[in-house]
Amino acid sequence: MSPLPLIAHRRLDAVVAWRGGTPVSAGQFLGEVAHVAGQLPPGRHVLNLCGDRYRFTVALAACIVSGRISLLPSTHTPEMVRQMQRIAPDVFCIVDQGAGVELPAFRYPESAPPPGAGLAIPAIDREQVVARVFTSGSTGVPMPHAKRWGSLVRNVQAEAQRLGIGAGHAILGTVPPQHMYGLESTVLMPLQSGATLHAGRPFYPADICADLASLPRPRVLVTTPYHLRALLADQATLPAVDQLVSATAPLSQDLANEAESRFGAPLHEIYGCTETGQLASRRTSAGAEWQTLAGVRLRREGPTLWAEGGHIDTPTGLNDVIELTGDGPLSTSFLLHGRHADLVNIAGKRTSLAYLNHQLNAIPGVADGVFLLPREDSMDRIGRLAALVVAPGLTPAALTQALRARIDPVFLPRPLLFVDALPRSAAGKLPSQAAQDLLAALQARSATGMTA
Amino acid sequence: MPEANHELQNEVAGLIVSTLNLDVSPDEIQPDASLYGEGLGLDSIDILEVALVVSKRYGFQLRADNADNVSIFSSLASLTRHIAANREK
Repeated sequence: MSPLPLIAHRRLDAVVAWRGGTPVSAGQFLGEVAHVAGQLPPGRHVLNLCGDRYRFTVALAACIVSGRISLLPSTHTPEMVRQMQRIAPDVFCIVDQGAGVELPAFRYPESAPPPGAGLAIPAIDREQVVARVFTSGSTGVPMPHAKRWGSLVRNVQAEAQRLGIGAGHAILGTVPPQHMYGLESTVLMPLQSGATLHAGRPFYPADICADLASLPRPRVLVTTPYHLRALLADQATLPAVDQLVSATAPLSQDLANEAESRFGAPLHEIYGCTETGQLASRRTSAGAEWQTLAGVRLRREGPTLWAEGGHIDTPTGLNDVIELTGDGPLSTSFLLHGRHADLVNIAGKRTSLAYLNHQLNAIPGVADGVFLLPREDSMDRIGRLAALVVAPGLTPAALTQALRARIDPVFLPRPLLFVDALPRSAAGKLPSQAAQDLLAALQARSATGMTA
Repeated sequence: MPEANHELQNEVAGLIVSTLNLDVSPDEIQPDASLYGEGLGLDSIDILEVALVVSKRYGFQLRADNADNVSIFSSLASLTRHIAANREK
C-alpha cells in the first residue's frame, strides 16, 4: 500500500494556517516541521501541550515524520501524567508557553528554520501508529487505542467530504487539539482537505466572533453545544459562517435551529468514539437520524453492535445505545438513544464513573465513596457530578485537593457530601437509585437550612 | 482600594456565588486568592458562565488580553479591576 502525504495541499504556496492575521504557506509549514523534527529529544513518545494550534500542528507533524507517537490522555492531571510515564517511560512533553507538566520538556523553538528546509511533502506509511488515544478504562488504568495514519486520513477525508470542506475553507476551533474531536476536526481535517486552520483557540464569545470575522470565507466554526449556547446568549450579532460543526455532546434541535438561522450556516453534528474515531454525522435541524461517514456500516450481531468499513481497520464493538434505522442487517443510518451508561461526558471531557470511583477510593482517608451523574435537566447546559463520601478524617478542602491531582477539574464533584455510610446492599453493591435518593434527601435537607 | 471598588468587589463576589451556586458566602472569597485551580476551584466552564453574566450586568464584553484566556479571572481583585476599567453600565 502506498504511503499517504502529510498534507493535501498541492502547492508549496498554498495557505495551511492563519496565525495572528498572517497566512502561513505549506512551504513555511514544512520547513518548520523539518526544523522542529531535527531538534526533538530522543524519546519516542510525546505529550504535545502546545496551546497555539499552529504550533501544535507543526509539533504533531514533526513527531509523525520522525516516527514518534503522540499520546492523547483524557486529562493532564499529575496522576494521569504519571500513568503516561509508566506506560511510556521515554515520554517527554512539547510546550510553547507557560508551564508544562512533571515531564522532561522540549520548548517549541523560537528560531526560524534554515532556508530550503522542507521543500518536499513527506509521505507517511499508512500502517504507522501516529497517536495513542486513551480511554478511562474501568480499573483506574487508562486504555490505549492505537491510531494509524491511513485510518486517520481516511476518517478526516470522509468528514471533509460530508461537510463539503476543501481548499479555500478556513477553520476556526474552540476545542483543544489535544483531544480527538479537536485533533480530527481542527488539525487533521484541514491538513487532509487542503483547507486552512486558524492557530487560535478563542475562549470568550467576543473573541470567537472577532477571530471568525478575521478569516476569509468560506469559513467553518468547529465547536461544542456549550460554546454555541454561550455565543448565542452573549452576542447580539454574529459573523456570517459557512459551516457549523458541533460534537462532544448532543445538541438540542432548538439550539441547532437558532444557530443555523443566526449564523446563516448549516450545522452538522459529528458522532464518534475513541475506539473508532468519527462514525457519523447529522444535520440536526433536519432530524434526529445519523448517517454514517463514507463506507462505514453498522451491524447488529446478537447483543453487540459492530462498526466496520470505511476508515475502520477492524470491526469494533460500540457501547452506546443505538437503534439501526435502515433495512437489513447492515445499516448506514441510526438513532442514538444514549451513551454507554458508565460514560461521563462534561464539556467534551470524557471519563467513566468506574474510573472516577477508583480514583476517589484510592485517596488515603476515604473509606468509601461514589460519584453520581447529574440528573438531566436541560440538554444544552452543563451538569455537574455529585459525590457521596465516607471519610471521617478528611476535610472537604483536603479531599477536593487530593481529587484535583487525580481527575480533571470538570469532574470535581459539586456537591461533595460527607455521609456516615453509603446505602450498600448486604452483598456490598450500591444500587444507583439508593445513592440518588440519599443525595436528593441530603440536598433537600441543606436547601431547608438544616445541616447534613 | 477606593470605596467604590470595594463595593464593586463585594457585588462581583456575590455575582460569582449566585451564578455558580457555590457553597461559600461572598465574603469568604479572598480578594487576592486564585479563582481557579487551587483557590476557589473554578474551571473554564464556570469562567465562561461568569463572563456571560458580567457582560450582561456591566454592559461590556470580555476579551482575552493575551494568550492566557482566563488571566482576568486570576483573582476577585483582578476581575473587579477589569470590570471597573471597562464597564459601560
